[in-house]
Amino acid sequence: MARITAGLTTSHIPAIGAAIDLGMTGEPYWKPLFAGYEWTKAWAASEVPDVVILVYNDHASAFTPEIVPTFALGCADEFPPADEGYGARPVPVVQGHPELAAHLAQSLILDEFDLTLMYKLDVDHGLTVPLSLVYGQPAEWPVRVIPLAVNVVQYPPPTGHRCYTLGQAIRRAVQSYGEDLTVHVWGTGGMSHQLQGPRAGFINSAFDNAFLDRLISDPDRLARVPHVEYVREAGSEGIELVMQLIMRGAMGPKVEELYRFYHVPGSNTAVGHLVVRPTE
Amino acid sequence: MTEYTSEFDDIPGTRVFTAQRAKQGYQLNQFCMSLMKPENRERFKADERAYLDEWPMTEEQKQAVLDRDYNRMLDLGGNIYFLAKIFATDGLSYLQAVSTMTGMNIDDYQQMMLSGGRSPEGWRSVKDGT
Repeated sequence: MARITAGLTTSHIPAIGAAIDLGMTGEPYWKPLFAGYEWTKAWAASEVPDVVILVYNDHASAFTPEIVPTFALGCADEFPPADEGYGARPVPVVQGHPELAAHLAQSLILDEFDLTLMYKLDVDHGLTVPLSLVYGQPAEWPVRVIPLAVNVVQYPPPTGHRCYTLGQAIRRAVQSYGEDLTVHVWGTGGMSHQLQGPRAGFINSAFDNAFLDRLISDPDRLARVPHVEYVREAGSEGIELVMQLIMRGAMGPKVEELYRFYHVPGSNTAVGHLVVRPTE
Repeated sequence: MTEYTSEFDDIPGTRVFTAQRAKQGYQLNQFCMSLMKPENRERFKADERAYLDEWPMTEEQKQAVLDRDYNRMLDLGGNIYFLAKIFATDGLSYLQAVSTMTGMNIDDYQQMMLSGGRSPEGWRSVKDGT
């Protein structure tokens, strides 16, 4: 039987990818940010799962104005890094797990989550920056990855509650898979940030840290926070935080916090990162 | 206008990219996506007006692009992740482009971010003045 053995959240800021790719991680601006991921890199090297289900959002790379899927599951053999207008990131092609993805698709759709299934998908910084932060710059990624892209660009995105219950359904789906696999679920995006209008640069560290506390210990109520509160308290692009509730739902009722890091700024954004382990 | 969308209008300095705005900005955002291709970036840079005239955008949208008036582009249905293709073509980072929407110069904006970002105080609600 497949098992979910850990969860992780992290911001996925594009400038972090550029700093890694251009060898700037030791510069004074970036050093404190990357130092915050050293614990995780050591932990990740000692606990490599078979598969990561990686929840992220596309940023006008694979999804054009022509199509806006709320939840899109990557079912292909592999996922090339997207050219976002600066050339594709020099990172390995992401290897999928089509067998588990097919099982997830069947289980989740029959569980009444009407997913879009992607058999061709270029993955942008939303997916590759978290992999770089956790696994560094290997020749090949050490894990297989099933991308789960969530629309958080066009409103309305899914509610926090819908994300949370999707995570719970992912847990059931993984646990009903016959093969003996270990699986991590990553929820990426956030934390507070706003990239538009006169309010750009908005950061709310009190809200962010309370969000992380509630994600650990009070997810049922956190899942009921309406979109307007995210925009008001975490900025228009802070709505990405709903994706972290998918990770939390997939962990089951109780989790143990293994590690937390919070830092401002990463470009225009507050950087938040958690590693958790399910305890029930 | 529904309660869902009107609630967002109470948040200062913010245009939420609703389904209505997505429809309004469809051609503007499609133009932006075309700049993902290097050959299109070259043609745009060679003659911006001529390239824009190939798209069924409104005159206001075209002018906002020519002016690099990102707040205006947001008003006319643009979204930052699509508009990013324009400032990438101009060789600007997110930080540089985003700062232009705030009325601050890039150095002041960068300094604000290094000091912890824009404080939520005074930026939560037009109605409540908080």
